Amino acid sequence: MISVALWSVALLLSLAPVGIALSTRPRGSIVLYGACLAVTATLCIAALLHLFDPAHPVSSATLPIGLPWLGAHFRLDALSAFFLVVINLGGAAASLFALGYGAHEESPGRVLPFYPAYLAGMNTVVLTNDAFSFLVAWEFMSLTSWALVVAHHREAQNVRAGYVYLLMASFGTLALLLAFGLLANGAGYDFDAIRASHPSAALAGMVVILVLLGAGSKAGLVPLHAWLPLAHPAAPSHVSALMSGVMTKVAVYGFVRIVFDLLPEPEWWWSMVVLLVGGPTATLGVLYALMQRDIKRVLAYSTIENIGIIFTGLGLALAFKAQGLDWVAALAFTAAMLHVFNHALFKSLLFFGAGAVLEATGARDMEKFGGLIHRMPRTAFAMLVGCVAISALPPFNGFVSEWLTFQAILLSPQLPSWGLKLAIPAVGGLLALAAAFAAACFVKLYGISFLGRPRSDVAAAAHETDRFSLAAMFALAALCLVAGVLPGLFIDALAPVSKAMVGNVMPHQTGLQWLTIVPIAESRSSYNGLLVFLFVALCGTAAASAIHRLASDRLRRAPAWDCGYPDPNPAIQYSASSFSQPIRRVFGSVIFAAREIGEMPPPSSRAPARLTVELHDLIWEALYAPIAKAISFATEHINVLQFLTIRRYLTLVFVALIVLLLVVAL
Amino acid sequence: MSSLQFDIAHLLAGSLVLASFMMLYQDRLYALLNVYALHAGVLALSVAWQAYVQQAPHLYVTALIALIFKAIIIPVALHRIIRRLGIHREIENVIGIGLTMMAGIGLVALSMVVMLRVTPGADALAREDLAFALSVVLLGLLIMVTRRNAVSQVVGFMSLENGLVLAATGAKGMPLVVEISVAFSVLIAFIVIGIFLFRIRERFDSVDVQALDRFRGERR
Repeated sequence: MISVALWSVALLLSLAPVGIALSTRPRGSIVLYGACLAVTATLCIAALLHLFDPAHPVSSATLPIGLPWLGAHFRLDALSAFFLVVINLGGAAASLFALGYGAHEESPGRVLPFYPAYLAGMNTVVLTNDAFSFLVAWEFMSLTSWALVVAHHREAQNVRAGYVYLLMASFGTLALLLAFGLLANGAGYDFDAIRASHPSAALAGMVVILVLLGAGSKAGLVPLHAWLPLAHPAAPSHVSALMSGVMTKVAVYGFVRIVFDLLPEPEWWWSMVVLLVGGPTATLGVLYALMQRDIKRVLAYSTIENIGIIFTGLGLALAFKAQGLDWVAALAFTAAMLHVFNHALFKSLLFFGAGAVLEATGARDMEKFGGLIHRMPRTAFAMLVGCVAISALPPFNGFVSEWLTFQAILLSPQLPSWGLKLAIPAVGGLLALAAAFAAACFVKLYGISFLGRPRSDVAAAAHETDRFSLAAMFALAALCLVAGVLPGLFIDALAPVSKAMVGNVMPHQTGLQWLTIVPIAESRSSYNGLLVFLFVALCGTAAASAIHRLASDRLRRAPAWDCGYPDPNPAIQYSASSFSQPIRRVFGSVIFAAREIGEMPPPSSRAPARLTVELHDLIWEALYAPIAKAISFATEHINVLQFLTIRRYLTLVFVALIVLLLVVAL
Repeated sequence: MSSLQFDIAHLLAGSLVLASFMMLYQDRLYALLNVYALHAGVLALSVAWQAYVQQAPHLYVTALIALIFKAIIIPVALHRIIRRLGIHREIENVIGIGLTMMAGIGLVALSMVVMLRVTPGADALAREDLAFALSVVLLGLLIMVTRRNAVSQVVGFMSLENGLVLAATGAKGMPLVVEISVAFSVLIAFIVIGIFLFRIRERFDSVDVQALDRFRGERR
């Protein structure tokens, strides 16, 4: 099976130079994205077959590339197979979407060669089985995605986003490099050798911190998230979907692979660190999302929130595993993995929708949209499904994984450690807050963009997107519904992954009556997506038909009450900023140092009143800005060394030599 | 090795260091060149003595190269260059002879300490030889750093290279090929630097490297 995977990766890599040739052809993008679609779909199916194989085989291969005498080791186990499914499902959907969307690309030569290489990089990361190949693939993935981020390099903010992204990616790789250096101490770089070695507790703890920094900066954990809302929206929309929906999951894979697989039994304080990072990440991410007006930026910040939920699940799994409750650990781990899958689905869907809107209107600012549901009805429907799913409302898939996470949180009183017993409910509170904010955030996104009246001419002139894009969106929307209605199927598919990583599995779900899922025991809690779906569908249909029959007939059109202002302008509709104002007033004054400045003109003046809102990104100002300032200060002063006289250079060399000799002598 | 042989090797290497010190305070170019010729002559003697002590006939070739190229051809050529450039009357303002000499003494002390600490297991002759050679190298660098005139910087560089040759001959079994290639590279460096001297002179009417700095718009 691994040979299929490796051949697919090789095929994707060989598509990269083909992309250069195709970028000048009129229909080149269709050929390239079609080929990518075929390869990723094949790989997705192969990985699914591997995941559902009852024998749970592990196949590995060694290729004579990379470091001499070591070669490159590859391995396909349940975890890799699951992440291959996520990557290639997202890749196939993005390729399908790009069949239509890619035709509008103004500079295809900057996108087409890197796109298949980027897919190949992500696939290679989850297949590698030694530290060297892992880091090479990781860095390859970062670099190709960077090239895609700066594809539209004429916009200054994209170049800045690319710069910040490159810096943060190097920082993350450095942390991972150090982590592997610590792990390889005595064992070597092969993952099998690392697995067999027994690092000391202190060393393992340091590795966990470094991996949290390295993988966390790629995934977007607060406070390492600063690059993500800049870089993800800057790329073309189908690449944004891949970066947000898939690449952050590759980072999660890196964390799981090292912390759950390569390291020995966890200690309880690891989980404390992960939980205390994951919970605040979820809440802060969605609070940031609520404050944004740029539609793609809202989605990028919401990715941070979902990464927070996933890492909270992983932290719970670590906590329960460390304390010997591995059946709860299996529940938490399965919840996290299910959320990985779900988030890949609906975040890709939402980014596709945002891309379709961007292509139809040419704008990303939500304050310019409005009324798009009449101009792009199909896109609007798919986006509605995505918004409901990401808001964790039943019967869609987002609800299932978050509900499972909360089930694991509710079991925290069984933990013997008091620290965790107190911390986990607090983190649960943060998650609950984040879930509520996420719902508000997507009500805002959907309501402001698709409902109401057009706020600008471009929104009024918008048109429905092409059929390939719609097909991709509807396929993902259908999968969201299937995963929400039949969660048992997906939970059972994750059993081998959970068995390999935390040593236990959730109870078997597919045999239960009425497709119910029971995470622990019937007496505690159960959820039936199908019944909820039927109920929602029934009630919705009944309400709609009742309203239509009883009220629509009596419809009469009359001028609305206009508060005394005739001829209302669309700009006086409820706006994105006004929607988030209550939340900004409650939380913003602390978290964003938000200030509202109202300017009222004197009574006789006819000047308009003004309301200015100031928001500060405190993490950027407190953490990143000082570092950036220190670095630019240092470089400015070291730069003088570039322009010394010959004699001064000689003196420098001389002094350096003397100092070194003094070190030897003393 | 008899103690006389050791003492003579010691004496010659010590004289080389002494010649380096003499170069440190020469502020006229002709005098500097003459001391350099003396420096190279002492080097040739020292290498020849090593050849005799180690019974390594190929070292006589090195000594001959040193004598012919470094003690005769290069000083004579530099004399002619100085005359043609018309700078033979120039007096260099060296940083201050007392200070430079103190720094030089410090450098010799440093190289002694370093070598005695680093090579406890080596042959006594080689140890002394290496310590002196390192002093000569450091003093050569000091000459280059303290001079403003390009010609005297070249001379400093040449004396530094003499220190390298001293170190190389002190260690037994250094192949002749290496020495010859070092000698040739120095010769080529000399030619290149000589050409550049004339180019600099043509353009700036001076071989004071400060003219170059002024040309680049540097503040001193």
